[in-house]
Amino acid sequence: MAVYTLKVNGTNRQVDVDPATPLLWVIREHLHMTGTKYGCGVAMCGACTIHLNGTAVRSCQMPISAIGNREITTIEGLSENGEHPVQKAWLEYDVAQCGYCQTGQIMTASALLKTTPNPTDAQIEAAMSGNICRCGTYLRIKEAIKAAAKK
Amino acid sequence: MSANNTINRRRFIQVSALAGGGMLLSFNLLSGCKPAATRGAAALELPKEWFEFNGYLKIGDNGLITLMSPNPEIGQNVKTSMPMMVAEELDVNWKDVIVEQASLNTDLYKPMQIAGGSTSVSASWNAMRIAGATARDMLKQAAANEWKVPVSEIETIEGKLIHKASGKSAGYGAFASAASKLAVPEKVTLKKPKDFKIIGTSRKNVDGQKIATGKPLFGLDYKEEGMLIAMIVHPPAFGLQLKESDISAIKSMPGITDAFFIDVYPDRKKKQWCDVAAFSKILAIVGKTTWQVMQAKKSFKSETEPIKTITDKVDVFGTMMDVITPAGFENTTTHKEQMAATPKQVKTVRKDGDPEGAFKKASVVIERHYSCPFLAHNTMEPMNFFANVKDGKAMLVGPVQTPSFMEQSVSDRLGIPIDKVDVKMTRMGGGFGRRLYGHFLVEAAIISDRVKAPVKLIYTREDDMTTGVYRPAYFATYRAALDENKNLIAFHVRAGGIPENALMANRYPAGAVENYLAEEWAIPTNISVGAFRAPASNFIAGAEQSFLDELAEAMGKDPIEMRLELFEKAKSKPVGKDNDYNADRYAGVLKLVKEKSEWGKTEPGIARGVAAYFCHDSYVAHVVDISMKDNKPVIEKITTAVDCGIVINPDAATNLSEGAVTDAIGHAMYSGMTFTNGVPDQSNFDKYRMIRNSEAPKKIETHFVKSETDPTGMGEPSGPPVIGALANALYKAMGKRFYAQPFMVENQPVFS
Repeated sequence: MAVYTLKVNGTNRQVDVDPATPLLWVIREHLHMTGTKYGCGVAMCGACTIHLNGTAVRSCQMPISAIGNREITTIEGLSENGEHPVQKAWLEYDVAQCGYCQTGQIMTASALLKTTPNPTDAQIEAAMSGNICRCGTYLRIKEAIKAAAKK
Repeated sequence: MSANNTINRRRFIQVSALAGGGMLLSFNLLSGCKPAATRGAAALELPKEWFEFNGYLKIGDNGLITLMSPNPEIGQNVKTSMPMMVAEELDVNWKDVIVEQASLNTDLYKPMQIAGGSTSVSASWNAMRIAGATARDMLKQAAANEWKVPVSEIETIEGKLIHKASGKSAGYGAFASAASKLAVPEKVTLKKPKDFKIIGTSRKNVDGQKIATGKPLFGLDYKEEGMLIAMIVHPPAFGLQLKESDISAIKSMPGITDAFFIDVYPDRKKKQWCDVAAFSKILAIVGKTTWQVMQAKKSFKSETEPIKTITDKVDVFGTMMDVITPAGFENTTTHKEQMAATPKQVKTVRKDGDPEGAFKKASVVIERHYSCPFLAHNTMEPMNFFANVKDGKAMLVGPVQTPSFMEQSVSDRLGIPIDKVDVKMTRMGGGFGRRLYGHFLVEAAIISDRVKAPVKLIYTREDDMTTGVYRPAYFATYRAALDENKNLIAFHVRAGGIPENALMANRYPAGAVENYLAEEWAIPTNISVGAFRAPASNFIAGAEQSFLDELAEAMGKDPIEMRLELFEKAKSKPVGKDNDYNADRYAGVLKLVKEKSEWGKTEPGIARGVAAYFCHDSYVAHVVDISMKDNKPVIEKITTAVDCGIVINPDAATNLSEGAVTDAIGHAMYSGMTFTNGVPDQSNFDKYRMIRNSEAPKKIETHFVKSETDPTGMGEPSGPPVIGALANALYKAMGKRFYAQPFMVENQPVFS
C-alpha cells in the first residue's frame, strides 16, 4: 500500500492503495464516483474513459503509480450539472439506450472536440471506434458530436 | 437509489375484459403516504404530501405526479414508455411527472415484471392505462362531490379538473387527498387512439440526464454500508468441474476476507427454466475491494475433473423436462462438420401437399446451407448482483430481467420463504436475454448468507464471456423446386443447431406454397445456451430471406414483387393450417419500404438488398444500401419500415430500431464464440469482435406504419430481417453470396 495525492476534477484527493491498482477502481471504490464504468479491464471497450491532462485515456489500464501530478477529469468533473455541450447534445439527440457506455463515449467525444473542434465523419469514427456500444447507438453518437461541435 | 421506491404494502389490481369491451377493475385500500426525498426532480418543487392511488401512481398536494415503472429497464426505454401510458389516461402534463423504478411486487404488478420477448408494452397496455384512468375518474368524483355538480360534466386537461358551466377549476393536487379516499370505480372508459396526447409523441428518456452525468444507476454502482466484494472462479472449459483444493494461500492475500467453494444448484431435480448455469460448483472469493479480489482470483490455480453426463429436471413454464448435459470436450471445427453432415434423426414438423413428389418432377432444384456461431451476449455491464441475507430475510438489488422467477430460485436454494425475499431492480447496462438467467443472484445470496454480510458479486468481463448461456449455433438447409416455367412448386426447410434449432415452421413462406416441408434436428452440447435478442429469429430470418432472394433471382423476378405474390397467395388461398402471420401487414411493410427507399432507382456505386420478417407480433422490412471502399463493404443507408401497431414513443422506438439493426449487422458480420477442447477461444474484446462506430451504418431512416392496432413488440423485431437484407446487398456489391456467419471472417482487426 502507498499514499497518493491525486488531482481529480480540480480537487486534491488522497488515497492509500496498492500501487498497481488501476485508476478505474480508485475512482469507483476509493473516491466513490460511479460515472467511470468497468467494461472489459483491458482497454478494449472505452467504458472507463477519463481525461488525463485533457487527453482521453482508459483508466482500467492505468496504474495509480503512473499518474503522477497529471490532472484527472472524470464525467463528474466535465461539468457541474451536465452543461457541457457534448452532454447537452447527448440529451438533445436522446442517444442512450441502456446508457452504460455513454459516459465513456461522452469523455472520448469531449476530448476529441478539444483538439478537433470541427471533426469530419472519418475523424469522429476514428476517435470513437475504441468505445463499444452494445445497444448500437453509434449513429446518434455521431450526430450528437456534430451538433456539439457547432456550439 | 431513490429512497422511496419500495412499496411495502402489498396491493393488487385485477383486470379482466368484459364482454362489452369495458374493463373491470378492482383493487384494495388506498392511502396517503408521507413525502419522501426524491432525487432527479431538481426543477420541480416537491409536494408536502403524496397521496397514493394504486401501485402505479401517487399525486402530490401540489399536483406533482409520481409514476412507477414496473418492468425491468434494460435499455428498451420502458421506464419512459410505460409511465407514458399511465400519464395519457391520467391526463397530466408530462413535465409534472417523476418516474421511479418499482421493486418486484408480484401481487401488484400484472401480468409480470419481466424484460423478455418484447412484451413489456404490449402485455401491460391495458393495466397501465386502467391505472391512470381509475385515478383520473376518482379525482373527477372528488371534485364533483365538493362542487356539487354531476361528475359527467367535469373535464380533465393536463392535471386540471374543470367544470365549464360553473367556471370552477382546480389542479389535481387540490383533490388528491379526497380522491384517494373514494371507492374505486368498477369500470373506467379508456381513450380512443385519436384522442391521445402523450402516446404517439416523442418524450426523452427519463434517465437521460442521470446517464449523461454518470449518476449511480446501475447494479455495479449500488452499494451499502459494510458491503464486501465477491468474485467467482469457474472451470476453464465446458466439460470440466471444479475440484475442492487448498485455498489457504488466497485467503491470506491483502484485502481478502474469505474464500470457499459453493454448489449453486445442488438439487438437480427442481430447476426453473431460467436457472441455466454451466458451472454449478465454483469458488467464491470475498474481500474489501474489487482490485484485491481480482488479484486473489488471478493467482488461484484451480483443480478440475471431467464431468459425467448430468440430467437436470427443469420446470419450463409448468412442464417438467429432462435437460441433459453430456460429458466431453467440444470443438468448433467438429461442430461445423457435424452440422454440415446433418444428423440422421430429423423430425418432420409440418408438411403440406406432396413436397417429395414435387421435388422429383422439378425442372430446377436450388439447395443452400446457412450457419451461424455461438454468440456471447456481452452486455456492457457484466453480470453482478447485491445480496444481503440476514435474520431469515434476503434483500437482493441489481440487474435482472426475470426478478419474479429468480426470487423463487433464491427462496428455494436458501430455504427462505418467498415473502422474505425482496428484489429491487437497478437500471441495466444491457440485457439482450443474458439477464433472464439469474444464477448470479443465487450465487450472491449464497455468498452473503455464508459470510453474514452484504455482498456485491461481480463477474469480470472474462467470467461474463466464458460462463456460457450463449446464443446457440444454428444451421439451416433450404431447398426450392421450380417447374419448367420457373414457378415455385415446393419449398423445404430443414433447420438444426447445437443444442436447438431455429425453425419457425408456421411462418412465411408456409401457407404460400402448395408443397411445403419443415424439418428439424439438434445436436446435444455441454456448452450452455439461452435466449439471445430475438431468439431463433436472429438466425432463421437472415437465412430464409437470403434464400428467398436467391430464389427470386432464379425465378427471374424482382425480390419485392416475388414476395408480394407469395403474400397474395397466402391471403387469397392459404395452404395448410396454423399460418401464424398476417399476410396484409407483412406485405404492408414491404410496400412501405419499397416506396420510402425508392426501390428500383439505381445509383452508381450503390448495391441494394431487401428483406422482411415477422416476429414478436410485429412486421419489419429493410432495404440496405452498400458501397465498396478499398474492397470493404460500407453500409451507406438502411431504410426501415416497421408495423408494431400503436407506437408509444416514436423517437425512442426509432432509436431502439436503429440499435437493433446495428446490433444485428455487427453480429452477422463480425462476432462469434469458438471453442477448442471445451475452452472458449475468446474471453474479452481483444479477440471477440464487436461492431465499432466506423462500421455502423452511415444512415438509418425508420418509418412506422400508421396504425390504431394495439402495440406489439419493438425491442427485437427490427434486428433479424436486416441480416437478410445485408446478405442480399453484399451479394450485389461483391458478386458472391454469404452463407456462413460471421460474414467478414478474414482480416479482422479488433477495430478498423
